[in-house]
Amino acid sequence: MKYEPVIGLEVHAQLLTESKIFCRCGTAFGAPQNSQVCPICLGMPGVLPVLNRQAVAFAIRMGLATNCRIAAHSIFARKNYFYPDLPKGYQISQYEEPLCENGWVEIEMEGGALKRIGLTRIHLEEDAGKSVHAEEYVAGNETLIDVNRCGTPLIEIVSEPDIRSPREAYLYLNRLRQLVRYLGICDGNMEEGSLRCDANISIRPIGEEKFGVKTELKNMNSFRNVEKAIEFEINRQTQLLEAGGRVVQQTMLWDANDGKVLPMRSKEEAHDYRYFPEPDLVPLRIDEKWREEIQASLPELPWARRHRFIEHYGLPKYDAEVLTEEQAVAEFFDATARLVKDAKLTSNWVMGEVLRVLKEQKIDITQFAIKPAAFAELLNLMAAGTISAKIAKEIFEAMLTGGKSAKTIVAEKGLVQVSDTGVIEKAVDAIIAAHPQEVARYRNGEEKVFGFLVGQLMKATQGKANPKVANEVLRSKLAN
Amino acid sequence: MDFPKTTIRAFQEKLFRGEQSVVAAVAAYLQRIAAAKNLNAFLTILDDRANARAHAIDAKIKRGAAGKLAGVIIAVKDILAMKGERLTCGSRILENFVSPYDATIIQKLEAADAIIIGKTNMDEFAMGSSTENSAFGPAKNPINPDYVPGGSSGGSAVAVAANLAMAALGSDTGGSIRQPAALCGVVGMKPTYGRVSRFGLVAFASSLDQVGPLAHSVEDVARILEVICGHDERDSTSAPVAVEEFSRFLDGEVKGKVVGLPKEYLAGGVQKEIHAAVTAAKARLQEAGAVIKEVSLPHTRYAIATYYIICTAEASANLARYDGARYGHRSRDAQSLEEMYVKSRSEGFGAEVKRRIMLGTYVLSSGYYDAYYRRAQKVRTLIRRDFEQAFKECDVLLTPTTPTTAFKLGEKTADPLEMYLADIFTVSINLAGVPAISIPFGVDAKGLPIGLQIIGKAFDEKNVLQTAHFLETAHP
Ligand SMILES: [Zn+2]
Repeated sequence: MKYEPVIGLEVHAQLLTESKIFCRCGTAFGAPQNSQVCPICLGMPGVLPVLNRQAVAFAIRMGLATNCRIAAHSIFARKNYFYPDLPKGYQISQYEEPLCENGWVEIEMEGGALKRIGLTRIHLEEDAGKSVHAEEYVAGNETLIDVNRCGTPLIEIVSEPDIRSPREAYLYLNRLRQLVRYLGICDGNMEEGSLRCDANISIRPIGEEKFGVKTELKNMNSFRNVEKAIEFEINRQTQLLEAGGRVVQQTMLWDANDGKVLPMRSKEEAHDYRYFPEPDLVPLRIDEKWREEIQASLPELPWARRHRFIEHYGLPKYDAEVLTEEQAVAEFFDATARLVKDAKLTSNWVMGEVLRVLKEQKIDITQFAIKPAAFAELLNLMAAGTISAKIAKEIFEAMLTGGKSAKTIVAEKGLVQVSDTGVIEKAVDAIIAAHPQEVARYRNGEEKVFGFLVGQLMKATQGKANPKVANEVLRSKLAN
Repeated sequence: MDFPKTTIRAFQEKLFRGEQSVVAAVAAYLQRIAAAKNLNAFLTILDDRANARAHAIDAKIKRGAAGKLAGVIIAVKDILAMKGERLTCGSRILENFVSPYDATIIQKLEAADAIIIGKTNMDEFAMGSSTENSAFGPAKNPINPDYVPGGSSGGSAVAVAANLAMAALGSDTGGSIRQPAALCGVVGMKPTYGRVSRFGLVAFASSLDQVGPLAHSVEDVARILEVICGHDERDSTSAPVAVEEFSRFLDGEVKGKVVGLPKEYLAGGVQKEIHAAVTAAKARLQEAGAVIKEVSLPHTRYAIATYYIICTAEASANLARYDGARYGHRSRDAQSLEEMYVKSRSEGFGAEVKRRIMLGTYVLSSGYYDAYYRRAQKVRTLIRRDFEQAFKECDVLLTPTTPTTAFKLGEKTADPLEMYLADIFTVSINLAGVPAISIPFGVDAKGLPIGLQIIGKAFDEKNVLQTAHFLETAHP
C-alpha cells in the first residue's frame, strides 16, 4: 500500500520588541544570565501583567500579511504546567478566541506551481526561561535557570494539515521565515531559537480521507533538521504500518546528533494544561482604525516584489527570486536599479559582488559600505563604457574601504577607459613589433594566441583599453 | 471589653493643632500592640519603619506640607507587598519571603503620609472565614477572645476593633473584609472590582480580589478610599474611573434614596437578632424619608457553588508559583524535580489551601471544564444581571453581612462546608463586582457585634457610603 504524509506545523517566532510582553524588561539576546528580569517576569507574589502594545502590533502585521482575519475581540488564557523555567507555573497564551485566524500563505513547488497552505491561527504568548545543564559551570546534579528569555513575546503560527512532504514543510517554513523578516518582527534565526518549529505528522493510505494517528515532533532546531526529521518520522510510521503495527499518539524528539527521532518520556508529555481565561488581563480589543494603520504600514511583500522585479525590470525569475529573498537586499537592489539604466547589469552585480562581500564580511546589507546611490554611479560608469568591467571591480574594492565615490577614484587613478582608436593602434603596433613569433603563429591559424596578445595589450594599457575597440584593432592589424 | 475609638478626623485635628505628635502616636500604638499580643493580630510589626517615618511626617506637619492621611496609623493585611518587608500571606511557604517591591496602594498610602505600623494576621492566602487557617495561629476576637474575629482579614479587623491601629487594609475575595468587620464590630468596605489597584496584592482569585479599608467609622473608610482608589497602569483590570472625594458627601441625608431589601437574604437561617437589626435599620431609613423596596436576586442560591468553582480555579493557577524553585519554602529532602515540587508544596501549604488547589485543578481539568468552570462563569453572569436588574429600581441594597454573629474558635474547623456558609451573604457581591460595606449595628444577646451590609452599583461607592453613614449615626 502507498501512503501519503499529512503534516501540520506549529511555528513559534520571537518578536523583535524592545521590551518583554508583560513587563518593561529588555529582550536582547546574549545578555548575562538573569540580568533582564524584574518582579513581574520572575513571577513574584502579587505582580500583574500589562500587555505590550508593540507585540500586538507585530502579531497583527503577521496576521494581515498572511491573509488572516484579525479578531476585534480576543482573549488571553493561562496554560498551566510546572517547570522550573516557568516562574508563574503557567504561561500566558491565547487559547479560545485568538488574535488571528483563517489565513494562508503560498509556497512555490518544484516546477513553479503555487500551493496554498492554510493557517488555522496566529496567537500571542510569552516565552519561558531556559534550563541550563550542559555548561561547564553547572555541576553534574544541578540544573540552573536563566530567566532572561522569560516573557519575551512570541507568536505561534499554526498551520492546517495541508503539508504533504518534508520538502513542502521546508518551503513553508522558509516562506514564514522570509515573511517575518520582511515584516521586521522576528530575525528568523532557528539556531538561536528565535524561530522554532514543531510538526504534527501522520500518514494515511493514498486516497483515504481520514487522518491517521499523529505524532508531535519537537526539537528540530535548524531548517535542514526540519526536513530530515520529518522525513525520518514519515519513514518510521510507514515501516510501522507496513509491518502491521500501529502508530501511537505521542511526542517525539529529534536527536540531531544521531539523526533519529525518539519518543519523549511519557511522563513528560502527560499534560493537561487546564487552559482558562487569564483574569489579570482584559480582553484585547483591536479597533478598525488601528488595524487599518497597520495594514497601511506593511511593506511590499516578497511575492509581490518578485513579480514587480520580473515585470518592471525585466529580470529573469531566478534573479528576482534571489534578490527578493531578503527584504533589505531587495530594497538595496530597488534603490540602485532606479538610478541605473541596465537592470540586468545591476542584478548581476548585486547577486555577484555585493552578496559575496556580505558573506565574506558576515554582515547585513544595511551595514554594507557602499550605499545604493554610490553603487549606481559605479554601474553607470560601466554601462556608459567609461570604465571596463575589470576596472569596475577594482574601483568596487577601493570603494569598500576608501569611502570615495567611483568618479573620484576614476579621476584620481586615471582609470578612464581608452576608446580612442589612435592611442590603441599605437599600442597594438608596439605589441606586434615586440612579439613576432606569436604573431606568426596566429597568422598560421593558431587562434588561441590571440588571447595572449590581447592580454599583452591590456597590460600595456594598464587595463584601460576598451576591450571591444582593442579586439577590433588587434584583429584588423593582425589580418594585414 | 471596651476600646477607645480614635477616628482620623479627631486625631488629625489634635495633630494639626500641635497637641499631638506622630512620633508619640506611633509609640503609643506600638505599646498597645505589645500589650495585645494575645489577640495575635499582627504577623510583622514595622516599628523601625514607622518610627523613622513618624519623625519625617512631624516635620512635614510643621512645614504645613503634610499629606491627606498625615500620621494616620494603619495596619495592612500581610498579603500586600512592601519593599524590604516580610510578605507571608499567613503561609509557611512564604514564612521568610521578603518582597522586592511595593504594592501600588502601599506607595499611595505612604505618599499621603500614613504610617504603616504592621502587617496583620490572616487565613493562609486569604482562604478562610475565621483566621484559623493562618499558619501562625488564629487571631482572636477582641470582644471575646474565645470567639473568632472572622476572616480572612481577621488580623486587620482585630487591629481596628482593639484600636491597635486607627484603620487597616484588608482584601476581600468573597467577604474577607466585610465578614470580619461585622464579627469585630468595625466598618469594612469592599470597593467595586477595578477601583483599587491589585498590583502588589498577592492573588487568591484574580477576578474577585479587591483591597479595601477597615476603620472605626464610615467617614474614615471614605477618607482612606479617596487615597487608595484610582486607575493604575500596572493593573490592566483597574478601571480608569475618576475618584470622588467620598468623605465630602457624608451629610446624613437619605431622603428619597431607594433602598432594596433582597428577599433571598432574609428568607431563613439568619440569626434572630440579625434579622431584627435589619428590620430596625429599615425603620430608621423609612423615618428619614428613604423608600424601601423588596427586591429579588433569584440566583443567590447558586452563589456559593459558583464562587467556590471560580475562586478555586483561579487559585490553583495563582498558587502554582510557590514551587520551591525561586523563592519560598523548598523541601530539604527532595531528590528530584518532581519531589521538590511535591514535598515543598506539601510541607508549605496548609490543609485548606491544598483543598482549594485540588478543587480548582479538578474543575479546570479536561473533561470537567465545561461542566464546572464554564457553567460557573455563565451563572456568574446571571448573578451579575440579578444585581443590574435590582439596581434599575434601587440606589442601594440592604442585607445582613453574615447569617450569624461571631462563632467560637474551633467551632467550624471540622466542616469546611459550614465554614464556607459564613460567607453566604457576601460572595455574590464579589461575583457581581459591585461595592459593599459592612457597618456595625448593635449586638446580640452575647454582646457580639451585628453587621449590616449595604451594596451599591458598580462605581457608586458614594451612595453606599452615604447610606452607611446615615445608619451609623441612626444606630439603635
Ligand atoms: Zn521583567
